[in-house]
Amino acid sequence: MDTIAEIPKEEYVLKCTSACAGCSDSLALRYVLKAAGPDTVLVVPACCTSVIQGIWPNTAFNVPVYNIAFGAAAACASGMSNAFRAAGKKTNVIVYAGDGGTLDIGIQSMSGAFERGTDFLYICYDNEAYGNTGMQRSGATPLGARTTTTPTGKTDAKKDIDAIIAAHDPPYQATAAAAYPQDLFKKVQKALTFRGPSFIHVLAPCPPGWRYSTEKTVEIGKLAVKSGMWVLYEREYGKLTIGAQSKVAMKKPIPLEDYLAPQGRFKGIDLQTVEILRQRIKKTFAKLAAEEAAP
Amino acid sequence: MKKIATGNKAVAEAVKQVKPGVIAAYPITPQTEIVEQIAEFVTGGELKSRYIPVESEHSAMAACIGASITGARTFTATSSHGLLYMHEMTNWAAGARLPVVMANVNRSLGPGWNIWAEHTDALQERDTGWLQVYVSTVQEAYDATLMAFRIAEHNDVLLPVMVNLDGFLLSHIMQPLETIEPGDFIPPIHLPHAIDVKNPAGYGGLTGPDQQFRFRWDIERSMRDSVKVIEETQKEFAKRFGRNYGFTEDYQCGDADVIIVAMGTLGKEAEVAVDLLRREGIKAGSMRLRWLRPFPKLNLKGKQVVVIDRDYSFGRGGILATEIMAQTKEEVASIIAGIGGQEVTYEDVAGFVRKRRMGTEFWFGVSGNV
Repeated sequence: MDTIAEIPKEEYVLKCTSACAGCSDSLALRYVLKAAGPDTVLVVPACCTSVIQGIWPNTAFNVPVYNIAFGAAAACASGMSNAFRAAGKKTNVIVYAGDGGTLDIGIQSMSGAFERGTDFLYICYDNEAYGNTGMQRSGATPLGARTTTTPTGKTDAKKDIDAIIAAHDPPYQATAAAAYPQDLFKKVQKALTFRGPSFIHVLAPCPPGWRYSTEKTVEIGKLAVKSGMWVLYEREYGKLTIGAQSKVAMKKPIPLEDYLAPQGRFKGIDLQTVEILRQRIKKTFAKLAAEEAAP
Repeated sequence: MKKIATGNKAVAEAVKQVKPGVIAAYPITPQTEIVEQIAEFVTGGELKSRYIPVESEHSAMAACIGASITGARTFTATSSHGLLYMHEMTNWAAGARLPVVMANVNRSLGPGWNIWAEHTDALQERDTGWLQVYVSTVQEAYDATLMAFRIAEHNDVLLPVMVNLDGFLLSHIMQPLETIEPGDFIPPIHLPHAIDVKNPAGYGGLTGPDQQFRFRWDIERSMRDSVKVIEETQKEFAKRFGRNYGFTEDYQCGDADVIIVAMGTLGKEAEVAVDLLRREGIKAGSMRLRWLRPFPKLNLKGKQVVVIDRDYSFGRGGILATEIMAQTKEEVASIIAGIGGQEVTYEDVAGFVRKRRMGTEFWFGVSGNV
């Protein structure tokens, strides 16, 4: 699949969701479900997607959606996957959770499900804050970003959930971005071919939370990759492959300021913090390049 | 088949016979033997269930919920802090109308670390929408667990059921056990709202102020309907297997002037106290409450009522006493005894009756000797 035209036309995220304008959560989900197809159940903990699907008795998603408490998505999916497999069903069980439900309150149940080898796909769409409750800091909020609970900018670094997942040694894990739908589509398709747990971490820029105008959602996502603030890669049975777009960024990243400046959440960020972020990008690039080069 | 077993083993035996599709549990004293026994059944191939060794009780109930909504039969077991840790999810299971069955081995709550019998753990789950039954013998633990599946999965109920047995006093006590072949007494599970990928639906999503109360009322409607289902199930069980159970187990209540009401093993101990008291000329009876939810209509008219609570609601009183006082105008003497495994003998129970002061609360071991 090389062009967007080859992505199936079937829609599983229907019109009239209650998503904000420019929402990349629903944008990413559209391609996730196109890749997964109709034999799929979504397990959704408390997050923006709880709202986006609409108000009962309506649903904006054309696959079954099981909503579950904030910290319990992966455990719920464990039970579901085991029950489906016991009944001889191949139905995809996909957790679609935000960064709060993944990095913070949901990390225990997620770790447990990965350790037990649960046959499911866990997708974390990361808008780098608690979006559903109006943008409070999360473990995924980057250093320097303003949220309603870090009004002068976050003083702690973003938690490296991908390293935590890697420590569970799942058959497949990847990063993706809503701004690169073909890449996301391919990764979801691939993830679902593995037996056991797989993980995809999707960058999902959020216009009201990150404070940029709605039409810039795709552009902001691309700037994140081009600047190195987000790196696209996948690991199959532990073997790392860095994505083409990120390879370009590793050779010649765009100035970090080009990514930070259009976002209100980084307004007033001091030079020292920007420098720490820049050093972190370098470190991440070096680490990933070394891992990819290793025999 | 006749054997000797602990209360925990009896629960595991019953679970083996109903063959849940998925069992998810986390060990906690004094429930541990239930999960160990089930894991052994599964590993040995005697039980073809999926056993999920989850990393917490919160996840145990979440996994049961995830499995149940696919239409699978599910079971878990816990105790004390484990039950409290899954509290968020026990509400979810009931709200989602999932017939999960759970054995709870009643145990005190910390601090301090006390692993002995108390009912406060389960009573803190009183308002979640779970049906709750309290048992007093190994045989009853087995029978009630079997019946729990039939009741929970009945289409007029579709609510989870908790089978409560006293930590150590029953979980670890060996008594005779007669196992049965339940056959079609436990029909195959059919969940009308099970997930169907061919007919996609949203479950548990945003629900407005114009709808939420309807779902809550529907839980209560089914809770009320469950009375009939429990009666039918217990009647059918007696017919097929010869053992009789009611909402309460009444002993010498007919002509009694004073009735002891208690739950679990203390309720059984009370029967011995009744014999003792009757020999002394005190017309006593005992009414062991089996079902706390749905709460049955108790016939206490014209009796003095001595309620023994192995639990407490701080700032209010013994929880069972409070429930009974809300239902009857008869005078109640409230006894708080057996907290955290405090030893209470039938002689002590007889003493509660002999020295009862109606309309008062008495803490055994604190308020002075009786």
